[in-house]
Amino acid sequence: MAGAGGGNDIQWCFSQVKGAVDDDVAEADIISTVEFNHSGELLATGDKGGRVVIFQQEQESSTDSSSDAERVSSPTNKTQSHSRGEYNVYSTFQSHEPEFDYLKSLEIEEKINKIRWLPQKNAAQFLLSTNDKTIKLWKISERDKRPEGYNLKEEDGRYRDPTTVTTLRVPVFRPMDLMVEASPRRIFANAHTYHINSISINSDYETYLSADDLRINLWHLEITDRSFNIVDIKPANMEELTEVITAAEFHPNSCNTFVYSSSKGTIRLCDMRASALCDRHSKLFEEPEDPSNRSFFSEIISSISDVKFSHSGRYMMTRDYLSVKIWDLNMENRPVETYQVHEYLRSKLCSLYENDCIFDKFECCWNGSDSIVMTGSYNNFFRMFDRNTKRDITLEASRENNKPRTVLKPRKVCASGKRKKDEISVDSLDFNKKILHTAWHPKENIIAVATTNNLYIFQDKMN
Amino acid sequence: MGEEEGLHQAQLLRLIMPVETQEERGETASLLGEKQPLRCSLLCEAVAPDFHQVWNLMGTRSWEPLPLSDATLRSHDSWTCSPLVPEYRLWDPVHMFLTPVVPHWPFYNLDTMFVRGLKRKCFDGEEDIEGTLAGIKAIPSYNLQRQSLLDMSLVKLQLCHMLVEPNLCRSVLIANTVRQIQEEMTQDGTWQMINTQSTGQASVDRLVSTDILCRSSREQAEGKHVPGYSTFSKDFEGDQAQDSSETMSTASSVQAPRNLPSNVWEMENPQENKGNFQKSLDQIFETLENKTPNSVEDLFSEVDNSYYDLDTMLTGMMSNTKMGHCDGLESFSSPTTTTSSSNCKSDLNELDHIVEILVES
Repeated sequence: MAGAGGGNDIQWCFSQVKGAVDDDVAEADIISTVEFNHSGELLATGDKGGRVVIFQQEQESSTDSSSDAERVSSPTNKTQSHSRGEYNVYSTFQSHEPEFDYLKSLEIEEKINKIRWLPQKNAAQFLLSTNDKTIKLWKISERDKRPEGYNLKEEDGRYRDPTTVTTLRVPVFRPMDLMVEASPRRIFANAHTYHINSISINSDYETYLSADDLRINLWHLEITDRSFNIVDIKPANMEELTEVITAAEFHPNSCNTFVYSSSKGTIRLCDMRASALCDRHSKLFEEPEDPSNRSFFSEIISSISDVKFSHSGRYMMTRDYLSVKIWDLNMENRPVETYQVHEYLRSKLCSLYENDCIFDKFECCWNGSDSIVMTGSYNNFFRMFDRNTKRDITLEASRENNKPRTVLKPRKVCASGKRKKDEISVDSLDFNKKILHTAWHPKENIIAVATTNNLYIFQDKMN
Repeated sequence: MGEEEGLHQAQLLRLIMPVETQEERGETASLLGEKQPLRCSLLCEAVAPDFHQVWNLMGTRSWEPLPLSDATLRSHDSWTCSPLVPEYRLWDPVHMFLTPVVPHWPFYNLDTMFVRGLKRKCFDGEEDIEGTLAGIKAIPSYNLQRQSLLDMSLVKLQLCHMLVEPNLCRSVLIANTVRQIQEEMTQDGTWQMINTQSTGQASVDRLVSTDILCRSSREQAEGKHVPGYSTFSKDFEGDQAQDSSETMSTASSVQAPRNLPSNVWEMENPQENKGNFQKSLDQIFETLENKTPNSVEDLFSEVDNSYYDLDTMLTGMMSNTKMGHCDGLESFSSPTTTTSSSNCKSDLNELDHIVEILVES
């Protein structure tokens, strides 16, 4: 079973780790979102301090193996086909600042809840980042040339005395050290009363949706002063509120279709062509409750924390507290596949409720070919499920395995009874070390796993 | 300490409180072992998975485990801290936040908790502590678990009020859990409706409505809504009134005098005080006579659930917030600010007298 768990038995190796080494975690450094761009060359992370850090994969050619090779190609001209380069910091910027809502006397956290990349259309990269209330469109552009030879200015910027100008010349562009600039191009604000939990870019690449606890709004990327409300589940009497929206996503291919999940474990698929306000769903995905597992915590653990469409658009995956479920969009009454992430926690639900861990929102992701799904767990464990072979693997993101090319050892949690060697008992799991955010490269077997304040990058072993 | 080993570490409460000792208040010091009621002592209950342990604030200003055989620590104005609040922190209900270290007001009345049966064990001097604890240890009943889950949930709901807006999803999930428990308890018959004087409010409605978590029965009966109080529903609206402390004081001064007679700790006048206290004592005596040690569940079932009403719990303290710690503690028997401290002392004296009788019997 060693190394098994992926299609063709992927062997996962440690590649890199980013972030501070010490155990004292600064609150602002807690990673809150991780996202690869559409080519996989850029990897963006958002943290609780409102910063976005973008890593770029180095282009490794077969002949050039120097580790500090200069960037000879910009992200737009990726000619190498087999790139397994390292990810290095490309750009860092402060996306959101803490705000104070004077009306409610409450702070608005600057924590980045989600980042979504736009597909690349020109030389620049665009991404949407959001905190609880405001979405921003950022343009990340490179500058590797600058004009030299101004007539009226010296090279350092000081103005020349006009009387000393005797000849005229045409300024020319000369190469300079690469500079990456991030600038906010659009700010979409004041449209959400509740906390934004999801953003999703439509396949038309012109519109996107933003979802908070009770409403979903549709935006046009060019228009910041207006948005359409397409879902509203706020009851007339707030005392009757029993269900909130937990995640939403556009279908990858149908620009009129989106889904949203709820705290009661249901997923609703809506078609925007049906009506302007999509309060009536087209499909309702809900699995009947298992009466043998019923407890006071049944509803809480059924709350869906993440929903992701497969790349093909045929399936969608949902993550609730204990399991990952794969749904076929054509079948509403039950999922086609269910994978238990950490079933051993079912007997500990009361303790997890007490220390609030039961409310942790784990994310999940697909690999590029939709054959493997991945999600996080506690103790810095993360799990992968191969849909074809039905095998699963548990790996750990820790600095102990931090030699590059070290194959990760599969981990096992012992639920009860005798603990075998190398197994970890449930009681010794560290519930403060949780992996909530994971991302899979859209094309390669490269994964980014975020622990509390560190970002781990693992790659499959190339022979 | 031996008792600590049995306790779940995360649930142990140790607090350092700057409360005046008895000496500072000019009273004679009471020695441990003397059968003398300790006035204004703060009692805290730490809930272990299997049993309860009662801790007492002694003159040393630190929490120490209460020797259960010393059955003198009953005072009608004794309070406990919720065992579910994290260590070193208490819920400040006035300002609605978790205090960092030094708490002001714990918010459970230990007396009503004693109805659960601990009090009975204390009076029975023949049982030693270990036996007592062992007895309780053996019965973690479903009702008890359900009760502590309800407690925990209510505390969690109240802890939502911080500088940053509370997480709506979490609040909704907790509220649904509370509702679920309440529904089950109603079906079991263990949930006693609080307001006997409510006018035409269907109990079913109250169960399914979040109101029951927020409003006191009094408010609903009178159709009054406390505008500034950070109720659950108000949180959903997203507007938090920032003058909440003031409005709460106003509300409490109106509400407190009319609180239910079974709330021992909210008294209007000495005569009624005595009657109320007597009534709860009667309840205790009844349970002592009729119940066997094994029917702890039944004991729990007769708990006056009014104290689960957060409003009821908190109103008693609102009016005291303007005073200092000890003054507040002393005058706790009279929640309205108009009562003079001399009245309080007389109330205390009468109750102490009653307790003494109990103790010596």
